[in-house]
Amino acid sequence: MEFTLGQILWMTVAVFLTLCIFSFLYKDNPFYTFAEHLIVGISAGYWIAILYHTSLTDLWIEPLVDSFSALKDIEGATAGKIGMIIVNILPGAIGILMLSRFFKKAAWISRWPIAYYLGVSAGVAFPLFLQSFVIRQVAANMIDPSAMVGTMRSDLTVLYHYGNSTLLFWQGLGEIIIVFGSICGLAYFYFSAEHKGILGGAARIGIWILMIGFGATFGYTVMARVSLLIGRFNFMIDWVSALSEYFRA
Amino acid sequence: MTSGGIWFRLANLDRRWVYLVIGIVTFLPIIFYIGVPVSITPEVQAVYRKIDSLSPGTVIMVPMEFGPSTMAELEPMARAVLRHCFSRDLKIISTALQIEGVILMEKVLRESAAEYGGKYGEDYVFLGYKPYPDIVILNMGENFRKPFPRDYYGNNLDDLPMMNGVANYSNTACIVNINSTSGVDYWINYANGRYGADLALGVTAVIATDYYAFLQSNQIFGLMGGLKGAAEYERLIGRRKDIANRSMTSVSVAHLFIILFIVVGNFAYFINRGKGRA
Repeated sequence: MEFTLGQILWMTVAVFLTLCIFSFLYKDNPFYTFAEHLIVGISAGYWIAILYHTSLTDLWIEPLVDSFSALKDIEGATAGKIGMIIVNILPGAIGILMLSRFFKKAAWISRWPIAYYLGVSAGVAFPLFLQSFVIRQVAANMIDPSAMVGTMRSDLTVLYHYGNSTLLFWQGLGEIIIVFGSICGLAYFYFSAEHKGILGGAARIGIWILMIGFGATFGYTVMARVSLLIGRFNFMIDWVSALSEYFRA
Repeated sequence: MTSGGIWFRLANLDRRWVYLVIGIVTFLPIIFYIGVPVSITPEVQAVYRKIDSLSPGTVIMVPMEFGPSTMAELEPMARAVLRHCFSRDLKIISTALQIEGVILMEKVLRESAAEYGGKYGEDYVFLGYKPYPDIVILNMGENFRKPFPRDYYGNNLDDLPMMNGVANYSNTACIVNINSTSGVDYWINYANGRYGADLALGVTAVIATDYYAFLQSNQIFGLMGGLKGAAEYERLIGRRKDIANRSMTSVSVAHLFIILFIVVGNFAYFINRGKGRA
């Protein structure tokens, strides 16, 4: 791949900023602070540009301009056209209310658009969240024990007689562990009774189940962080090879 | 620090030494590459099988939501999935509902398409970014044109041949969402929960464990977690020398050293506690 001088320069800037961020591992220093502030500033500017070009223009300004232009057309009822103008002005007007935060006396008005957004979001989300994150999860734990034990037994029979199996036994055992683990995990978070006797035992198993879950998450998190480090190393290696290719050409 | 024996010194080791060692053992395998075995998990294979079973010309959605901070994990995954889709002549609709990564995702899609001679508007469409992913995902369930009257490049969606007759999720075979954010919940909740779209996820390793529960409840049909998920997919499409697979050696060696540090750290702690020095 051929690199231009511009590409090489930008890659060099990126490598420099990567090293600035890495320098924090040694100790806090001005290079790290510079890179940190730079990313915050650039992100804000980038967000504004992207939001303007991808949202404000085609979701508000253009429909608004179109609805005003429609007034010039002879065809169509004027009342409908004015209605469309109002419909297109409203989202912008609600959005502009957010800017009232900059004025101390009128800052309270900014709560209206927030309340509108939160109200709509909560109204739309609540029934669906209940369905997707509670009911379907609970339903997935409702298994027919007799059917499962039967399947596990038949799998073991196949293994015993023919020397091969379909691994349904382990799948069934996994399902039993999921159901049992869920109940024990919930028992740990049940605080309306003292954790003694059966509840205490279940809660103790529940904490082990939770710890195993946290362990798996920790393992994955370590992999994620190492992956990010590898990503940066790969980029720096690419930079070195790009640099050598550019100067060799 | 200077007295108290080796276990006391180890328990009080400056953490910068740990950073240095992890840096070195992660870097060296990238230079001196030795392949490590990568086992294929059923949840990744399920994604591969689903895409592989689709007939050429089928429309599939590959929304991507990641930024520079997570591209090391998700870019290889996105490239692997897109390469598979383009190699099967599938038609791809993609969005980028994470603002920091819009340009990155556009580049990944464009480059992957170019590898297989994919033409914009005929073989793939990039809708780009719109704010509030929950509302956008809900609206796309009605019609892609509602949140995206135009695509990322400013084209009217009706002017793109690929979008003829494609209104919403029901016109796509499945959705493979590659995501580093909590926006995954919106895809599960709205695309699958509200509109019944067939959904698979490719997520960062940090959040992967959160979504195994949805695999078990059949709300998603497949799951790819982090760089390992990407490496598995690369293997499935026969690209064993791609970036995720090459990085797995570093991941494995770094993990070994981290385990070693944990064991040694705990050993030192208990020995010092036994001696009343913890």
